[in-house]
Amino acid sequence: MENSASYKIHLINDSAAAIDFGNVMDKKINARAIALFNYLTQHPIEGMIEAIPAYSSVAIYFDILLLRKRISPHKKVYEWIQNKLSQLMLTEFAGVQTIPDLIRIPVCYDREFAIDLPWIAEQKGLSREEIIQLHSSRQYHVYMLGFLPGFSYMGEVNQRIVVPRKLEPQPILAGSIGIAGKQTGIYPLNSPGGWQIIGRTPLKMFDQNKVEPCLLKAGDSVEFYSITSEEFDYIQKNPSLLQERD
Amino acid sequence: MQGMSLKIIKAGVLDTIQDLGRYRFQYLGINPGGAMDRFAAQVVNMLTGNDVSEPVIELHFPSSIFLFEQETMIAVGGADFSATINGEDIPLWQPVIISKNSILQFEKWKKGARCYLAIREKLDIQKWLGSYSTNIKATTGGFNGRALQKNDEISLKERNEYKCFLKDKDFVILPWKADTLWKETPIDRIAVVPGNEWELLTKESRKKIFRDHFVIGSLADRMGYRLQGTLIAKQNCELVSSIVSFGTIQLLPNGELIVLMADHQTAGGYPRIAYVASAHLPLLAQKQPGDKIRFRFTDQEHAEELLFLQQQHLLQLQDACKFRLEEFYNTAHGGH
Repeated sequence: MENSASYKIHLINDSAAAIDFGNVMDKKINARAIALFNYLTQHPIEGMIEAIPAYSSVAIYFDILLLRKRISPHKKVYEWIQNKLSQLMLTEFAGVQTIPDLIRIPVCYDREFAIDLPWIAEQKGLSREEIIQLHSSRQYHVYMLGFLPGFSYMGEVNQRIVVPRKLEPQPILAGSIGIAGKQTGIYPLNSPGGWQIIGRTPLKMFDQNKVEPCLLKAGDSVEFYSITSEEFDYIQKNPSLLQERD
Repeated sequence: MQGMSLKIIKAGVLDTIQDLGRYRFQYLGINPGGAMDRFAAQVVNMLTGNDVSEPVIELHFPSSIFLFEQETMIAVGGADFSATINGEDIPLWQPVIISKNSILQFEKWKKGARCYLAIREKLDIQKWLGSYSTNIKATTGGFNGRALQKNDEISLKERNEYKCFLKDKDFVILPWKADTLWKETPIDRIAVVPGNEWELLTKESRKKIFRDHFVIGSLADRMGYRLQGTLIAKQNCELVSSIVSFGTIQLLPNGELIVLMADHQTAGGYPRIAYVASAHLPLLAQKQPGDKIRFRFTDQEHAEELLFLQQQHLLQLQDACKFRLEEFYNTAHGGH
């Protein structure tokens, strides 16, 4: 993979910059962003606080007060950062790509959880079973986490179930699985949200008591499989059953 | 030690424990949070001799009423909510030693939006992912992951003897005050730097943002401030979600602006037309719905310079506070 291909460095604020590979939802471009994020996690730049991957970009936060002390007083920290990032883009970070973990997520698509499924069925002229089949028959790529702790932006859903988000956000319960455009995602917490809800998982997507509080991470592969409401209750009562990764 | 704590005898609207933010976990979608006015949060800690990273209590008005079950040294700063100890006024930005079973309350709103309370004896709470900040959405961090409620009791880590200073008084105000005016203290205009999608605005809108004032709308909280008044984009712009920060100014589809504040989401899809110079975020943090604000243009170089000037001031203040406290203790002990 050619790193120097096409990217832009821009500033997010006076302590953070982004490397942007283009404003697109694309698996290959996202893979570059995640490879760069992984590289930075293993080889942090001087003064770096954290790196954050998004769909097609990586943001990097710096401790600019620390950098100010370390670099030449004649140099502006932001120039130093821009320079460092340009240099970084010459390194072969793509080698850090890892094989994605496959996480299988049980979903109950029953009416009580799938509050917007009837609407989608009507809009798309599909039966409930067809929607479930279409949603659970492919592997999704986790592009990024954001919006809420552990909220996963995944894609892409089958063209036949692409639906717009709601105009007004509504209260949504933790574990709810939604569709917005080509994306599908899981609400890890109770929250207002605008995605069309088609089911719910009994898994805890976010658990603050764990060392790794989020079940998913950017770059993972996800498969959904349909479960009954009895299975939903059982898994919810016995979380250790499926909760561990690997 | 048992039973010695800080008690909430009446809850405020939104009082939470905050520090300077939770970083390094944004890749999981975990937002940094932290104090809205980090300048004030740091200064009150300095005044009590604490490290700037110690947790403080961020108060909104109407604020909680606190009962201190032990002698403590506190400092309040930021917004002026007319703080009193047992009904008598105490000043902002000065350390105050208070006697056992004193009541701290905030009687009347005067100015600003957020007041900070630091306690020398330190709140005895656990960090979550490296920070004491309360994350209300994730119901974790701070005190039980939520705003303070009536009957909450927060233990204090230390116990100090202040008998020789207090004698039989309710409280003693120490005779020095933090100088919160730094060289470039913003008076009315908030410095902003054009962002990645700046060019999306029409020429007229790019002038308008620095010419007109904006009113903070009714949707203004720790997550962000919606501003009244609209700007126009040259064309519709759909962005895939990318990383945003405290101070990012986004253009909403209806032409309104939103400034993201401490509890912002980690990522967003609206055009990022500008960002607030971080040295000016404390000024913005003290604004509330109905307040007028004006922006002024700056560039990255000057935004950086502003932050360094502010930091220099804070470091001087920290040294001065440390020196005054040491001197105060030495004199007191020399007098015995």
